[in-house]
Amino acid sequence: MDIHEYQAKELLARHGVHVPRGGLAYSPEQATYRAKEIGGGKWVVKAQIHSGARGKAGGIRICTSDQEVSDAAEAMLGRKLVTHQTGPRGKLVSRLYVEEAVDIRQEIYLAFVLDRKAERVMIVASASGGMEIEEIAEKQPGSIIRATVDPGAGMQQYQAREIAFGLGLENNLIGKATETLLGCYRVFRDYDASMLEINPLVVTRDGNLMALDAKMSFDENALFRRPEISELRDKSQEDPRETFASDRGLSYVGLDGNIGCIINGAGLAMATMDMIKIAGGEPANFLDIGGGASPERVAKSFRAVLGDKNVETILVNIFAGINRCDWVAEGVVRAIREVGVNVPLVVRLAGTKVEEGRRILADSGEAVIVADTLAEAAEKAVAAWRSATMKKAG
Amino acid sequence: MAILLNRDTRVIVQGFTGKIGSFHAEDMKRYGTNVVGGVTPGKGGQTHLGLPVFNTVKDAVRETGADASIVFVPPPFAADSIMEAADAGIRFCVCITDGIPSQDMMRVKRYMRRYRYEDRLQLIGPNCAGIITPGQALMGIMPGSIYLPGRVGIVGRSGTLGYEAASQMKAMGIGVSTSVGIGGDPINGSSFRDILELFENDDGADAVVMIGEIGGSQEAEAALWARDNMKKPLIAYIAGLSAPKGRRMGHAGAIISAFGESAQEKVEILKEAGVIIVPTPASFGEVVAGVMADRTKAA
Repeated sequence: MDIHEYQAKELLARHGVHVPRGGLAYSPEQATYRAKEIGGGKWVVKAQIHSGARGKAGGIRICTSDQEVSDAAEAMLGRKLVTHQTGPRGKLVSRLYVEEAVDIRQEIYLAFVLDRKAERVMIVASASGGMEIEEIAEKQPGSIIRATVDPGAGMQQYQAREIAFGLGLENNLIGKATETLLGCYRVFRDYDASMLEINPLVVTRDGNLMALDAKMSFDENALFRRPEISELRDKSQEDPRETFASDRGLSYVGLDGNIGCIINGAGLAMATMDMIKIAGGEPANFLDIGGGASPERVAKSFRAVLGDKNVETILVNIFAGINRCDWVAEGVVRAIREVGVNVPLVVRLAGTKVEEGRRILADSGEAVIVADTLAEAAEKAVAAWRSATMKKAG
Repeated sequence: MAILLNRDTRVIVQGFTGKIGSFHAEDMKRYGTNVVGGVTPGKGGQTHLGLPVFNTVKDAVRETGADASIVFVPPPFAADSIMEAADAGIRFCVCITDGIPSQDMMRVKRYMRRYRYEDRLQLIGPNCAGIITPGQALMGIMPGSIYLPGRVGIVGRSGTLGYEAASQMKAMGIGVSTSVGIGGDPINGSSFRDILELFENDDGADAVVMIGEIGGSQEAEAALWARDNMKKPLIAYIAGLSAPKGRRMGHAGAIISAFGESAQEKVEILKEAGVIIVPTPASFGEVVAGVMADRTKAA
């Protein structure tokens, strides 16, 4: 789960990381009020969306008067900002963060990530901040410093010091940098983060060390014990199709194709999508109904998939282990009768109670295209989609 | 022969008296697994499914001589249960639980290193379907009927995709020596490489099928290890050809976040390491049958 920049900065500030003075605004009036409150003569107005690369997309503006702050706010609020990370749909700007502008002497890159290979928290830092890490890795690979933290002992002072010296910071900044690094680690650990990126962390002209930007993601599996993080969820930043599904306990990822998928198990779901692609179609979504799915759950899956207007055919592929094909079949029939499925529907059932499941489909008298194998299911789905779109076009 | 699990393995169930634990314990017994008891704190002394219940894993090990455990404990408490098993002298643990926080798993992996390698618990999972040695024993949630006993090892992240592979093989008359699900989490107990090594040293397996997916580097590491160390043929499929970058596909670990983590890149790395590629998820049966036929001819 992602959070906004201002939320991440609030968490960091509480743990000893310095951040510029700033305030949240929902309107141009509020934005100018925030600027006055902060004082000085130079501010940065920043669109709060769950994406990086906001600057290039016009989501960050430097202002030197009340009027400029108000104009910047007017231009951003209520608009969708498209960055190379948001996809073409973009993300809605409904909050702004107004911050004092600081004079920058040096830009540093700093990130904490979960390193799968080391199975530990890894710190990544570079004195070449300001660019994205991919760019640093390409242009200044020698500048990247890495360190991993022993989960039993936690991050040690010396590790923070090594990184601070490694970044080439002056002696009088080493203490501040150590404090910043240890503060970041505590936030990462104590709130079950999965990613924390400060780019840039800056050395200011007056010799301070400050997080100018902050991006954080959290481990969704740990939200049960982090209510203060769950509260920061902003549904306006999510794909509405995915919000609908996740609120109903379904694992769903929206894609750009036309063949809707309802499958059990993440691996089989990915494989089925691959098979659709190999057969010449494009999947509209990833959807895992999980184990032990009831007929109600299956019917809900249909609602989630049909909520996407691009869906022109549905493929259900279930290999039941702890699921039951008869329950799935009942759910399919129920969805046809209650939700209304006005696109071709291909169903492949295998595993536990498969005979009962197939019988339920056959006895229902509904127009279901049945397939026995994975290959057959994908081919029939693509063929059904082709003939349906041809009919529409013709 | 088999790896990790056979009909003599003495198994206890952690989270024994819960709905899920009970259901699968019964299923495992029915399949022939030597289930000797279970653990549910606070219910020690009771009998459940005709077997003794213990308060702690240490009690269960002392009374039953159990050497393996399967964990059906809910996510907030699952990491604790794995560490309890490790400390009680359990040698092999399967964790089915889905949804364990990553930092908990980091702690589990670190904790396990308190023990010398020879005494260390081998963990399978979490977030996996378990392990089956067809015809002998089952520690997991897979339907036993789709596996034919035989001489091909299977190791995969996904449960249901593993069923797909096994059933395609069965349709071609090819059986499985042992099938292991290592789970879909970013930090897991045993890696592909760990399991390949066991299969390579198992007299009961002639070839191995590896079912990987997008995210992480375990498939690539396994392939490099296989190139240098394996004499048996390694056959692999990587799921997620159509997965976009940066989106998590169901499994917490199935996300393309770095170079070498997409399906296409992994397939390239595997091919270069001499691994036989299953081109589509519908051709497991055919490809494995081809490899086994070649072996028979060569012999």
